Amino acid sequence: MTLLEQEGRGSPPPATPPDAGRSPGPVAWKESEINRLPDLQPQPPQVVAADPRRGRVRASPAFILPVRLAWRQLRAGRTRLASAIAGVMFACVLVFMQLGFRSALFDSATNLPQAMRGELFLVHPLTQALFRTEAMPRSRAYQALAVPDVVSAVPIYFGQANWRNADNGRRRAVQLIGFDAEAGAVAFPGLAGLVDALKQPDTVAFDRRSRPEFGDVAGRLAREGPFEAELGSRRVTVVGTVELGPSFAADGNVVLSETNFRRVMTRRVASNADLIALRLRPGADVDAVKRQLAAALPGDVLVVTQAELVAWERRYWENGTAIGFIFAFGSIMGLIVGMVIVYQILFTDIATHLREYATLKAMGFSQGYLRRVVMGAALILALLGFLPGTLLSVGLYRLLAGATFLPLYMDPSRAAMVFLLIFGMCASAGLLAMRKLREADPADMF
Amino acid sequence: MRPPIDLADVCYAYGSGELARPVLRDVSLSVGPGEIVLLTGPSGSGKTTLLTLIGALRAMQAGSAAVLGQQLMGAREAERVGLRRRIGFIFQNHNLLGFLTARQNVAMTLELEPGTTEQDRLARAGAMLKAVGLGERADALPAKLSGGQRQRVAVARALVGGPGLVLADEPTAALDRQTGHEVMALLRDLAKQRGVPILMVTHDPRILDLADRVVAIEDGRVVTG
Repeated sequence: MTLLEQEGRGSPPPATPPDAGRSPGPVAWKESEINRLPDLQPQPPQVVAADPRRGRVRASPAFILPVRLAWRQLRAGRTRLASAIAGVMFACVLVFMQLGFRSALFDSATNLPQAMRGELFLVHPLTQALFRTEAMPRSRAYQALAVPDVVSAVPIYFGQANWRNADNGRRRAVQLIGFDAEAGAVAFPGLAGLVDALKQPDTVAFDRRSRPEFGDVAGRLAREGPFEAELGSRRVTVVGTVELGPSFAADGNVVLSETNFRRVMTRRVASNADLIALRLRPGADVDAVKRQLAAALPGDVLVVTQAELVAWERRYWENGTAIGFIFAFGSIMGLIVGMVIVYQILFTDIATHLREYATLKAMGFSQGYLRRVVMGAALILALLGFLPGTLLSVGLYRLLAGATFLPLYMDPSRAAMVFLLIFGMCASAGLLAMRKLREADPADMF
Repeated sequence: MRPPIDLADVCYAYGSGELARPVLRDVSLSVGPGEIVLLTGPSGSGKTTLLTLIGALRAMQAGSAAVLGQQLMGAREAERVGLRRRIGFIFQNHNLLGFLTARQNVAMTLELEPGTTEQDRLARAGAMLKAVGLGERADALPAKLSGGQRQRVAVARALVGGPGLVLADEPTAALDRQTGHEVMALLRDLAKQRGVPILMVTHDPRILDLADRVVAIEDGRVVTG
């Protein structure tokens, strides 16, 4: 029986060339076709031997072919590929969540300075953050008015006092924000309708987004209207709610007028303010006014723009606390777990294909080519895990933002950073897995 | 002109110092163009080691070995990799990449050739598979092929690049008599038509009749040939 007859069994008859039967010997292999293959001519040795290294560089598009081989290999093991992608996705989502929460917490910490409505602010140089201010003489506000472009100067006071939960009687520290609501230097949602009510003695507005431990203030207000509560050692009337939200520094916020602030915070020096917001004439040159103020005012105040005030607050939380470190640590943990998973997958792929890799080496593929295959696999996994991981993170951000009121959203620069991290993670896993390639020894093939 | 394989006084030992175990002692061997030489001998006689030395898969220790004009004694890794590209290897196990089709496996060899296009490579691989009688199965994965078919794919992979030398290690061991003979005939025809020498390690007495010369190795020495 000839090869061709064997082939023909059970399948459509092969296109047998007319000369097949005439081939000598027991095997009807297509001699004529072999003759027509130009490359079957033994190649003169000097063609390649001239410089094998140069030949290797030009041998193939040096990166596309190994990456294609890597992709074909990954594609063949569907379950393994799926678990590898899931691993990268997991790391990706974990890092996105850590970085998202980190930036959301920093953002919420700057809620307060962001709600301010002023072009310039005066703060004491020793102030660390708005909840930890160094007071300055309130007279700086009047001095600032001496600069013609400054229209108004509004002193703002910060303090902490205990709020008694009317539902269960427990006391908890709440942040007080005292200012003249009519001056328009602070724009909390809900405040505009309370301007007149807050002028009455011992009235306060409560932050409805405060933590629930303060009691259901908003609900009670809706049911009963203004009601009496205990703030510090005074009885105050809750006349309405504003929206600000909790931060690292404060679980809840209470807004009240300058006079009422002093009634609660009896030990504060009345002539001191914590922050002074300056409104400028529309169209005024902010930088020029800033320079004039800095020149005119003594050294116990700094003149900052709103952006600088926000950055000041943020910097305190980023550098002055362990929060930045904690989230960075969480991200690193996610990357390490992802790296171990990718390493496992790549390592297993190499280990199970060791004979094939050794065969490739015997055929003349260099160690560098095989390294590029492993690296290609790592980078394919990075890409395939990152894309769904990012989509999933966008969805999770939406879900969590709705549940926690934290400002969670996908930021392009963060996405770019996470991609670089995931890329680096997969590349390091690839570098580790490459060590296994050394075991692919072509001398063992025979 | 120097013969494609020209060995003189090749010695090789595994291990070093006191524990050194010599496997080849002063082996001299010459294979001319188009010659089919079978290496036989009991297991452990050193014939496989000799094959890996000639195939530039192992570094030389002593002696002189010129293969296709390349001196292997003291050759650098890059020179050895370059030589391997001009040798067609056929292994006892086919060692095809399981995730590539027969055609893609064969085309892998051509990726080492500079300046080839994908289309070109696949066409040449397809023609080569046709020539070994597998034109119909070119797009099958190795797992879907019979043992004989896989070994023929391996033969096609070794031959497609137009090697100057074919080295084979028991290529017929895993095949039945009929298929083994066909694979051998395929190789013989190539050797004769193209002047490509074939050096083959085998225990298979069924294919001795196809050889020009049988070299027997015992205890690291050439005893006949």
